[in-house]
Amino acid sequence: MDTTLAKTGTEGKTWGGGNEPFKASYGKLMMWFFILSDALTFSGFLAAYGFSRFKYSTEWPIADEVFTHFPFLHGVEAPMYYVALMTFILIFSSVTMVLAVDAGHHMKKNKVVTYMALTILGGLVFVGSQAWEWKTFIKGDYGAVETKGGNILQFVDAEGERVALEEFAAGYDDIRKQQNENEGLWYEAESSLPDFTIKEIKDGFAQNDELHVRTLKNNEDGEKTILSRKASLAKLNDQGRGIVQGANLKHNEYGMPLFADFFFFITGFHGFHVFSGVLILIIIFLNVLVNTYEKRKSYEMVEKVGLYWHFVDLVWVFVFTFFYLV
Amino acid sequence: MAEHASTQHNTSSATKRIWYVFAILSIVTIVEVALGIIKPAFMIENTLIDLHYLNWTFIILTIVKAYYITWAFMHMEHETAGLRRAVVWTSVFLIIYLIAILLIEGGYIQDVYSDSHIKWNL
Repeated sequence: MDTTLAKTGTEGKTWGGGNEPFKASYGKLMMWFFILSDALTFSGFLAAYGFSRFKYSTEWPIADEVFTHFPFLHGVEAPMYYVALMTFILIFSSVTMVLAVDAGHHMKKNKVVTYMALTILGGLVFVGSQAWEWKTFIKGDYGAVETKGGNILQFVDAEGERVALEEFAAGYDDIRKQQNENEGLWYEAESSLPDFTIKEIKDGFAQNDELHVRTLKNNEDGEKTILSRKASLAKLNDQGRGIVQGANLKHNEYGMPLFADFFFFITGFHGFHVFSGVLILIIIFLNVLVNTYEKRKSYEMVEKVGLYWHFVDLVWVFVFTFFYLV
Repeated sequence: MAEHASTQHNTSSATKRIWYVFAILSIVTIVEVALGIIKPAFMIENTLIDLHYLNWTFIILTIVKAYYITWAFMHMEHETAGLRRAVVWTSVFLIIYLIAILLIEGGYIQDVYSDSHIKWNL
């Protein structure tokens, strides 16, 4: 047998092969390098976000004023509590994941099953919360007017509290109906119309002496500038072009479109990671149930999916800081 | 018997470490949220290299959290120095470089917007 094998004479030497300088398996190493490249992708996104924030530092929306909702608490201002809760859910699912990995090291199948099930549950709750957060963001809050230059004008009362459009819009009956494919010109349709016309807002604003326009320019204290009554009227009548309610990729009532674009893109990309993480967890979970890793005598696959799951948590920690806190 | 005892000990010390790290992560998150809601005036009024103290605090606390997640949860503390450096040094160097360059450029464009004679105020 020996004669058929070519010997290099380097067996047992440093470069003779068979060494594992990192003392980690191939799969684990590749998971680490995938995580490294994914981390660089996310930093690219967050750095681009930082670039735009620095570029528009005098008019960027204030996150505390945008994310103020909490499920089942209508009309209660709760800035950041909900994202803080989401952060806790994700951190806790990371804890159950690392407990599953630890149980796997000791070949305790039942504990692995329990902890992985809890992790999957945490992941699903997180994705669901993010869907709710998106829904609230897209639906919008107070509504605003967009100017010809693409800037956003918001409305406040004498005390500086935000006022919703529906509270002062003059109610005219001759509102234009949304054109659908099945009426008028065939197959000609338009996107949904806002609840009010710009004329209703301008007239309602003129009748209400209490109201002021708030622009997105920061004043010296870092707060948004509230115009005087006279300047408000001039600004709204000269430059007001249309109504914005809620947010999409082109317009949003919170401020410049870039803000919503980054919100959708970065939290969406992270949410996609959580979603695929849940899928991978479920696959590994099923493998645990059918004793794949008992037969293999190693739960290393749980460890690998754990690495990915912790990475998703790690990214969220940064997204949370740069989107909601800073 | 001795072997059995030592295994038990390892399990409990590993889980103890996990709960300890969870406590740290929770406390840091609570502090962050509290600071974000209170926004202490002195932290906003004083700045260091274009960022006020509050934002520096958030960034440092985030890096503390990232350290604990990577080292304890992802078991980086048990990996060899080579693997640790391959991952951590690479990412830290590239990310700092990218962020520094983009933020400097963004700040410069903001200066042009606010100081040039063309006004962007419609």
